[in-house]
Amino acid sequence: MDKLVIEGVSKAFDGRAVLKDINLTVRPGELVCLLGVSGGGKTTLFNIIAGLLKPDTGRVLIDGQDVTGRPGQVSYMMQKDLLLPFRTIEDNVALPLLLKGMNRQEARRRAGELFGEFGLAGTEKQYPAQLSGGMRQRAAFLRTWLFSQNVALLDEPFSALDPLTRRSVHRWYLDVMDRIHLTTCFITHDVDEAVLLSDRVCLLTGHPGSITHELTIAQPRPRPEDFNLSVEFLEYKRKILSIINGEKQAVK
Amino acid sequence: MKAALPALCAVALLLIFWELVCLSGLVPAYMLPSPVQVVQAMVNDRALLWEHATITLKEAAIGLVVGVVIGVAFAALMDSFEVLYKAVYPILVMTQTIPSVAIAPLLVLWFGYEMTPKIILVVLATFFPVTVGVLEGFRSADKDAIALLRSMGAGKWKIFRYLKAPSALPQFFSGLRIAAAYSVVGAVISEWLGGFGGLGVYMTRVKKAFAFDKMFAVIFLISALSLLLMRLVDVGERVCMPYRFLNTSSQKGRNDK
Ligand SMILES: Nc1ncnc2c1ncn2[C@@H]1O[C@H](COP(=O)(O)OP(=O)(O)OP(=O)(O)O)[C@@H](O)[C@H]1O
Ligand SMILES: [Mg+2]
Repeated sequence: MDKLVIEGVSKAFDGRAVLKDINLTVRPGELVCLLGVSGGGKTTLFNIIAGLLKPDTGRVLIDGQDVTGRPGQVSYMMQKDLLLPFRTIEDNVALPLLLKGMNRQEARRRAGELFGEFGLAGTEKQYPAQLSGGMRQRAAFLRTWLFSQNVALLDEPFSALDPLTRRSVHRWYLDVMDRIHLTTCFITHDVDEAVLLSDRVCLLTGHPGSITHELTIAQPRPRPEDFNLSVEFLEYKRKILSIINGEKQAVK
Repeated sequence: MKAALPALCAVALLLIFWELVCLSGLVPAYMLPSPVQVVQAMVNDRALLWEHATITLKEAAIGLVVGVVIGVAFAALMDSFEVLYKAVYPILVMTQTIPSVAIAPLLVLWFGYEMTPKIILVVLATFFPVTVGVLEGFRSADKDAIALLRSMGAGKWKIFRYLKAPSALPQFFSGLRIAAAYSVVGAVISEWLGGFGGLGVYMTRVKKAFAFDKMFAVIFLISALSLLLMRLVDVGERVCMPYRFLNTSSQKGRNDK
């Protein structure tokens, strides 16, 4: 059965349409990338999937269940890391467990077990202000992971990283994804990132935004280290860029 | 400590200047005692001053604690229920326009010369800065962080506990610092206007005796007590919010407020 289904979702803010008739189906374990220009409504779509916003029309289904407007069903990593400045890193990361009613000791222990794997060892007792942007991003990612709903939404998870760090985090991310089998939608502006990290790229274009093209990246996972240098990779990239450019032409 | 050095020097200079003015004989000694005489008066009268100070401090402390509890409760209620905010907030503001010297005698008539009217006055003077601070603090909670907690299934109470309450700590302490200063002054004023003990009563007595040195001594003592209370608030702030006093390059401590 499909993990996540979005049916005919539209949304307007103050009479200005932002999303129009969005349809999307995500299979279990799939990595879907949402690619689109700034202000195109990607975050708005995520807010709707997460149940934080109610769509004007349409519905959101998870495992066949209608969850439209019901928060708490997906793990959501927002565009900003939103680590709470008054909690230590371990207490920030353990927050979803506390919210689920786990006691503090147990929550810290569960979170602590994963600090090494997420490259956060030694930061447990530090405060967010003491961490670099990349570390904060990892902490936010670990917090998302600990919420452990089996659908994750990641809003530009890598945008705060410098290009060098980003490359290593990409590899780490793919590695984690191959092991944990998490159904994931993530947002990016970066075409390379989209092709490299996803099974399917959905292009959200136009005003109001709709998903006009979908492109399956047939390269199976785990992917070779040099996938981003292969001919196939460039071919995908060329296709996506030509679609985006075509859209721009059409607007003119 | 280093940061306080210029202020300490300025105070020291001021005291020296004052002492010199008195020594020069420009003003009659009975009207303006020199700092040395003030300290002497304080030492000579220390037993009596201490007795009155404990009474004042007790009233201030009880009033402050009650005022803070009421202040936080008001803020929490007004933050949770918009109607309450609209209905009650203007009244709270109005209570602050009434001068305490005007209600203190009334309170004495209603509650007698014992501690109760003094404590009530301190409560009236201290709850408001706490309410205003904490209310603003609740509202300063990051909207996106609220959305994040909602996405994790948190309801109103959990958002309050894990986000709004800790977000309000800085403003709580700002309000508390002001309230602490008001508490001692409030207690003294209300003693002044009717009572059996406390620094305010001591003041009325030494005033009747034209003991200028003792009047200055009690003024010094009162401001020292206020400063001490405010210092305690600073310590509490550091204990409760270690993250605001971190040594990071992008320091967000109290210095840049
Ligand atoms: N709560 C809101 N109220 C009114 N307008 C909103 C609201 N949220 C988003 N918008 C508007 O909707 C449009 C889409 O915003 P959204 O944040 O979804 O874009 P985005 O694709 O995520 O952009 P970016 O890549 O820059 O993050 C923007 O024009 C924005 O101003
Ligand atoms: Mg966005």
